[in-house]
Amino acid sequence: MRPFTLHTGLVAPLDLANVDTDMIIPKQFLKSIKRTGFGKNLFDELRYEDEGQPDQDCSARPLKKDFVLNQERYKGASVLIARKNFGCGSSREHAPWALDDYGFRVIIAPSFADIFFNNCFKNGLLPIVLSEAQVEQLFTESEAAEGYALNVDLSAQTVTTPSGDEFSFEVDAFRKECLLNGLDDIGLTLQHADTIRSYEEKRKQTSPWLFADKK
Amino acid sequence: MSAKTLYDKLWDDHLVQERDDGSALIYIDLQLLHEVTSPQAFEGLRIAGRKPWRISANLATPDHNVPTTNVERKSGIEGISDPVSKIQVVTLDDNCDEFGITEFKMQDVRQGIVHVVGPEQGATLPGTTVVCGDSHTSTHGAFGALAHGIGTSEVEHVLATQCLVQKKSKNMLVRVDGTLSPWVSAKDVVLAIIGAIGTAGGTGYAIEFGGEAIQSLSMEGRMTVCNMAIEAGARVGLIGVDQTTIDYVKDRPYAPKGEQWDQAVTAWNELHSDDGAHFDNVVVLKAEDIKPQVTWGTSPEMVIAIDQPIPRPEDQTDLGLQESYARAWKYMGLAGKNTLNDITLDRVFIGSCTNSRIEDLRVAADVVKGRKVASTLKEAIVVPGSGLVKAQAEEEGLDKIFTEAGLEWREPGCSMCLAMNADKLGNGEHCASTSNRNFEGRQGFGGRTHLVSPAMAAAAAVAGHFIDVNELVKH
Ligand code: SF4
Repeated sequence: MRPFTLHTGLVAPLDLANVDTDMIIPKQFLKSIKRTGFGKNLFDELRYEDEGQPDQDCSARPLKKDFVLNQERYKGASVLIARKNFGCGSSREHAPWALDDYGFRVIIAPSFADIFFNNCFKNGLLPIVLSEAQVEQLFTESEAAEGYALNVDLSAQTVTTPSGDEFSFEVDAFRKECLLNGLDDIGLTLQHADTIRSYEEKRKQTSPWLFADKK
Repeated sequence: MSAKTLYDKLWDDHLVQERDDGSALIYIDLQLLHEVTSPQAFEGLRIAGRKPWRISANLATPDHNVPTTNVERKSGIEGISDPVSKIQVVTLDDNCDEFGITEFKMQDVRQGIVHVVGPEQGATLPGTTVVCGDSHTSTHGAFGALAHGIGTSEVEHVLATQCLVQKKSKNMLVRVDGTLSPWVSAKDVVLAIIGAIGTAGGTGYAIEFGGEAIQSLSMEGRMTVCNMAIEAGARVGLIGVDQTTIDYVKDRPYAPKGEQWDQAVTAWNELHSDDGAHFDNVVVLKAEDIKPQVTWGTSPEMVIAIDQPIPRPEDQTDLGLQESYARAWKYMGLAGKNTLNDITLDRVFIGSCTNSRIEDLRVAADVVKGRKVASTLKEAIVVPGSGLVKAQAEEEGLDKIFTEAGLEWREPGCSMCLAMNADKLGNGEHCASTSNRNFEGRQGFGGRTHLVSPAMAAAAAVAGHFIDVNELVKH
């Protein structure tokens, strides 16, 4: 997993509460055999006029002009702000995959659904909980000023606005450690590679028949 | 040393490392792979630039998506008409080729449903840990193996590390004492167990099945029982090793040979719960009480014996049950029906990882031999669990018996069990199915599934409705 330390990025304000994972990535795209390539279908139903199909070329599809990600000034946004209970609904890991693939690195909301929150950390995305008032301030400021960017410092656990306001946020120590070092579950387990190897050596001695090649 | 359950022994034997939060790293001896839950796992490896930890610990075969009609199968992968299915099958082939993983490709005679193929090849061995991105991996517990179904992220984790992060389950013993009546099979036993403890009865437990009736089952029967442990809520089902297990494993392609065989058998003989081992929960059933079972609703626990009336929502005292029964009644179209015999069947499906092994097919053939499928049925299909099961059945002439009776003889795969390929139920159609899930829409949009044993499915095919197989064979 890609490590997360410091990030400065353009903010896109998605003024919606209870954004569910079906909205983030609709079910027809789950047939894909990939973990990547979901970006073009992120928020598919909010973003396009027509119904999207897997493997479709999206460049010619009619856009919903009002949708935040379709507005020129938010092109290249990597920090998404939204209202409460972001990521509710189905547990699909395709939701963080789609956000990540689109280019988001940070999601800020007053609250998140549990499974989605977990899935973000597994995929190198940082979900940040700020108070309703702080999120409100970010909405107001980002809508008012074009090119509004936030500075996110994971080790200091702070979000800094262009005018220098600093908000601190909570993050579980273990998860922080994983993100800072780019450790996913696999990365973490592989830190114990020597222990696994010595177990394996022992097993080779006691159950040699399990180590024959399959042809 | 204190007395241990079989589950405790398997757990301790595979413990690589315990963590502070109570979870543990468990070593995985065998991972089975199929086309639906593996693509993102391989993709993940590629993105991270990782290699599989131990290539020879993996075995793959496509099963969920492969077509089962002889026409489609003849032309190989090009014959798969659904483009999405085709991509998944091709992707599995490509991934296995790229990473050097042994795969029984679609046209290989050893191809089949993962849970049939592993044991058949002797890849599933007593005392091992087995995982697969499929919840019915519990099947392999029939060999005294610790077998888990896992998710796609975990498939990748196992590929990359040969380990799985797990928390230990509690121990539950389900004992079936006594002797089973004629035509009552492993499927009836496990349906009766689920009827007794419910679909959440095993949640948080590893269930060990024991008692005389379980011990009297063949390996095929034991696999049927463990297959459905997950329908009782338990990720793991287990049966201790005995001579039946060892005889089944002997001389299979991947089974140990020569000196290693003797060494292995010595180790395997320890694979049973010790006398006096502690179980957190014990359930006892009497084999004599078990009659042929049929599910009437949309959950495996909605099951009754063939001679019982269908339970009515209004007769339930529990409010929750009333609601779920009412919903199931509506979905299953049971209004005006009192008994299982009143349900007119549209289709019969004999197959799936629960009941598509040679013994299942023999029993079904026994029932239909010299009889004809009811003319009211739209379709009755028999789908062997693997190419080798198919070959064996044909050698025994079972295919002829089926086709003469009017059943279709198909190519191996998951088929109508989950309706991912063209084999599915139409809206509102009733099906007698030897598979393991009767959820809404499982076998096709609006399809109505009734879970039964192979003998009961065969009897239903002949009668056109459910009937006690004992009655049918009397005539
Ligand atoms: S036969 Fe059915 S239950 Fe078994 S692996 Fe295939 S789809 Fe899953």
